[in-house]
Amino acid sequence: MRGLFLLEKWLENAEGAVLLKLSKGQRRESRYFYFFISPWIIGFIIFALYPVGASLYYSFTDYDIIHAPVFVGMDNFKELFHDDQFWNSIVVTLKYTFISVPITLFLSLIFAILINQKVPFSGFFRTAMYFPSMISGVSMALLWFWVFNPQAGLFNYGLSLFGIDPIHWFLDEKYALWALIIMSFWGLGGGMLIFLAGLQGVPAHLLEAARLDGAGRWKTFWNVTFPMISPVFLFQLIIGVIESFQVFTQAYTITRGGPSYSTWFYVYNIYINAFKNFRYGYASAMAWILLIAVLFITYLIMRASKRYVYYEGGQNR
Amino acid sequence: MREAALKESANEVRRMRKWKLSQIIGFVILLLVTITMLSPVWFMVTTSLKTTKEMLVFPPTLIPKVFAWGNFSELFTNTDIKFGQQYRNSLIVSIFTVIGTIISSSFVAFGFARYQARSSSFLFMLVLSTLMLPYPAIMIPQFLLFMNLGLHDSLLPLILPSFFGSAYMIFLLKQFFSTLPDELYNAGRIDGCSEFRLYWNLTLPLAGPALATVAIFSFIWSWNDLLTPVLYLDSQENFTLPVGMAAMLSSKFRLAPWNLLMAASILSVLPIMLLFAVAQKRFVEGIVLTGIK
Repeated sequence: MRGLFLLEKWLENAEGAVLLKLSKGQRRESRYFYFFISPWIIGFIIFALYPVGASLYYSFTDYDIIHAPVFVGMDNFKELFHDDQFWNSIVVTLKYTFISVPITLFLSLIFAILINQKVPFSGFFRTAMYFPSMISGVSMALLWFWVFNPQAGLFNYGLSLFGIDPIHWFLDEKYALWALIIMSFWGLGGGMLIFLAGLQGVPAHLLEAARLDGAGRWKTFWNVTFPMISPVFLFQLIIGVIESFQVFTQAYTITRGGPSYSTWFYVYNIYINAFKNFRYGYASAMAWILLIAVLFITYLIMRASKRYVYYEGGQNR
Repeated sequence: MREAALKESANEVRRMRKWKLSQIIGFVILLLVTITMLSPVWFMVTTSLKTTKEMLVFPPTLIPKVFAWGNFSELFTNTDIKFGQQYRNSLIVSIFTVIGTIISSSFVAFGFARYQARSSSFLFMLVLSTLMLPYPAIMIPQFLLFMNLGLHDSLLPLILPSFFGSAYMIFLLKQFFSTLPDELYNAGRIDGCSEFRLYWNLTLPLAGPALATVAIFSFIWSWNDLLTPVLYLDSQENFTLPVGMAAMLSSKFRLAPWNLLMAASILSVLPIMLLFAVAQKRFVEGIVLTGIK
């Protein structure tokens, strides 16, 4: 008897778990769920899933659009390994990223802190420093191409006030990448706004408690303020790195990768190989390496941050 | 009279004294930095109003001697540039992108916010993971796809994807929709609203501010995008503004027409400035929420 009862119970549960897990209402709900998200599912398949898969396939082929793709195995990757332009593009991109991103982050945090301590006219400074960020993309590239003009540009004029001789910024392979790095600082206003919002979100009672415990400014910053804004910092770092890996506009508009390949950015290299040299297979191999690099770097930063980032209302994840 | 003035200045001194030394140092640093950062903007505006002769003068003149307003009209009259046409193309692309993004992203976000299915959390993770997908990594198959559809040298490939939802905007709107109370929807259902009307007549009207943020940022991204239009557009009359301006630099002119280029840049950032002026609060909020500048 008891065995029968248990069997019955088991059946009931199994039925519940396998056959009738969803009640009528739940089934109705999930129908609506799929109805509403269907545009995204279609878009995801066409504009994300398919391209990721197709570009993996193309990376093992020779493909010039006119002829059908020819499978060549690992040849593209082997060729990449010996391709100086490929390695150079990696060096250029990494150099730009590792100089531009940390300095931009640092400066935007400093300015956010300065504004946050209620200096006179802080509202004006906030808007004025964000203002340049509205001039982005090609407009910004053109403006800075002109600012760095060796003969009549503003930058060399500024240097001449300090007695420094004119520099041939974008015409000199030693300086072209540096000019692009300097240019990137101009857009720090957006990051500053984000930090400012983060700083304003630090609860006053924590700062007050630190003050009462006799902590100085520096200690309060490192032990209270910075941990509180560390998620913001992490997010900005990831976005900054991912964006710098994809620099294209400046290289396309200003330098065309030159002089002497000194600003031959990774994405510019993909663009040239695919859309100028019509080597879609070869470029796809590079595109896939970029994808993996972005995922890998994001993973690394997240992992490293586990120790340093503090999330309010939960243990460190 | 004199007493009042004295009192006033005493107040002034008291107010000054209230500022700590660190605040005054901060003020001075910020002032210098702001002047430095805004000087290129000044340079841009003045260059756009200079004659070709004056723009090459070194050191640059602070204020143009002759205001060459003609630079702006030349952009539209010079048939080699097709600036007006390109401006129109950019407006078409960006406006349709905004419409597509708002409709599709709010639709999808509504699904994620209000309904549960077995796979809903997995699918939402998938939405978030596409945020990390770099466009250059998928642009080649996308390009070939649109080529095969015969959409080369057309504005459609720039617009179409926005009608399938943008991951950022879905995320943003889902967060917002989740804050709306369940009672609201129950009341709607009791009144006989269909699920679609719960979305269209109930949710969207409440989401005005969030939708404004979505509109502003999808406009800016689409307006500034260079890589996508560079891939798809071949003929000058189909160029969007960024492509056209980059082409202006490299062709036709023996000497780069910096005054015209600066005038073009000013006109091209004008819509963004207008958005900022009209909706500064939404603008700042959007930057803080999306983390994208």
